[in-house]
Amino acid sequence: MAETKPVLMQGNEACAEGAISAGVRFYAGYPITPSTEVAELMAAKLPELGGVFIQMEDEIASMAAVIGASIGGMRTLTASSGPGFSLKQENIGYAIMAEIPCVIVNVQRMGPSTGVPTAPAQGDVMQTRWGTHGDHPIIVFSPASVYETFYLTIAAVNLSQKLRQPVIMLLDEVIGHMREKVLIPEAGKLLVEKSSDNVPADWKPYDEKGLTPLVPFGFGHYYHVTGLFHDQYGFPTGDPPQVERALDRIHGKLEKYRDEIVLTNYIGHKEPRVVIIAYGCTVRSARAVVKKAYWQNRLPVGLLSLQTLWPFPDKEVAAIAKQADVIIVPEMNMGQIVGEVERYACGNAEIVPLNRYDGEMISPDQISELLGRWL
Amino acid sequence: MEQLTQDFLRTKKLPHIWCPGCGNGIVTAALVRAIERAGYNQQDVVIVSGIGCSSRAAGYLNFNTLHTTHGRALAFATGLKMARPELKLFVIMGDGDCSAIGGNHFIHAARRNIDLNAVIINNHIYGMTGGQHSPLTPTGMKATTAPGGTLERPFDLLELARGAGATFGARGNAAQPRQLEQLISRAANHKGFSVVEALSQCPIAYGRRNKLGGAVEMLREMKDKAVSVEKASTMDVDELKDKTLSGVIYSVDAPEFSEEYYRSIGKA
Repeated sequence: MAETKPVLMQGNEACAEGAISAGVRFYAGYPITPSTEVAELMAAKLPELGGVFIQMEDEIASMAAVIGASIGGMRTLTASSGPGFSLKQENIGYAIMAEIPCVIVNVQRMGPSTGVPTAPAQGDVMQTRWGTHGDHPIIVFSPASVYETFYLTIAAVNLSQKLRQPVIMLLDEVIGHMREKVLIPEAGKLLVEKSSDNVPADWKPYDEKGLTPLVPFGFGHYYHVTGLFHDQYGFPTGDPPQVERALDRIHGKLEKYRDEIVLTNYIGHKEPRVVIIAYGCTVRSARAVVKKAYWQNRLPVGLLSLQTLWPFPDKEVAAIAKQADVIIVPEMNMGQIVGEVERYACGNAEIVPLNRYDGEMISPDQISELLGRWL
Repeated sequence: MEQLTQDFLRTKKLPHIWCPGCGNGIVTAALVRAIERAGYNQQDVVIVSGIGCSSRAAGYLNFNTLHTTHGRALAFATGLKMARPELKLFVIMGDGDCSAIGGNHFIHAARRNIDLNAVIINNHIYGMTGGQHSPLTPTGMKATTAPGGTLERPFDLLELARGAGATFGARGNAAQPRQLEQLISRAANHKGFSVVEALSQCPIAYGRRNKLGGAVEMLREMKDKAVSVEKASTMDVDELKDKTLSGVIYSVDAPEFSEEYYRSIGKA
């Protein structure tokens, strides 16, 4: 892919730019720190592109409007932060159930509740997984740089369209407000998956045979969309076999495309004794540690960074746990992803959490100090 | 009354889930007739609904139908209308759905004057959950959550909408379905946010508890109380006591939001 035009931009800007590059032309939102820049940029840019920006009366309405616009055939995005993200949950569940594509950005701030609105934290990891009720599948990306924010947002839009599944971009305040260089590809060079315009005559919105593209409203396919359990035509059902099949269907599509969804990156020693597993802005401190320990001092250290948090990179963590003696999991919360790491490490490595929850970043020194115990 | 056009009904989905004596079917039929009367193409019509008894109407109508979450029908509809301004959207809500949990979206849809046709089936009660009081339950009336009669005062839904900026407000009732059809039809032809309050009876969860009789008695009372806007202009305050105004209460012209938006970006 030819990359040109290096641009200095903020994570929140990269999110908006990535969305626009991926064909997003509808944004509905509500102001909240520290995600507001996404809305401001969309408000400035979408009208020029013939798209729609609308500031809704609340976060619930923003999520609803995004789903409505998606059913109309537009690619959609909304952005928020902790308290607003909480309010969106019911309608996120609706989009999952009704299989309506959309991308939801949560630029995390320090919680719970109003918390410290301007302080960074990674406290919403479990909320992105289980924020809405019921046994639902979800895709969550967590970028560690402005550059990654740009490209993961594009991936989020593409996957969302392809799988008819909401995708969450989980940023943190550091990534959202940090400025870095991003190489914006030339127009037409990006991989933007087109929605299918080949609709078979016997198209069904929730075909039992598998994934079908969403045919927007207004083209003569008179189907029903509901948050109730539904049959392959979208009509409500309480029939136990159909209910079970419907739940299997929404989970099954993520399982089928698992390897396209789960993105991780490993750097460091080939046979590491100590591995750091990190995501979001914490990756940056961990990378500084690995640079010094491995690239300068050749110590058996590595870093597995998780771009995808959900579905959890189970195979990748299981594999690394077999190699390493110790896995350090630094998180800016009281320990959320560490439980998943433990679960898939299956006792093959010692799992050591490193938590900070005072609204400050985890520093490379903090990680190095801990690392020193085993090296 | 003539048969409804079968094309607009999902006859395979019938019988409906509503109780014997419910007014939802009458209001739904009036809506279908109004859509016929408007002469819209079937593929241009979208029915959006919230959650509750009345919102199940969407599933029986053969259009693109969107059964949303509780209270949020207008917010979903706003997104869809902005994405596809050429579509004709009818938003069916119940009194609790629209004025309690959905109250915020209701006033803001009115404020924007977005071209959505809201049809609120007002039976003064939460029916699906078994009879709790809503913001449109008259003071003193009984509900499972107001066993001694509610102390709360109800909204006047049409005045609420007018205050918030709605440009069309009409009230009809299930006892006068022909008028109701005409009112929905006029709302459809109105450009901007229109509100049709369709008074309806819930003999099971409301009538029985309040000793209002069965469906027939409730419909009769509804009809007796209804006074047209024209007739009301000749009546004095005492005569109008305990009466309900029916007909088009207000209709004014104002810029419509989706049209203004697309004009502002040079795409209209």
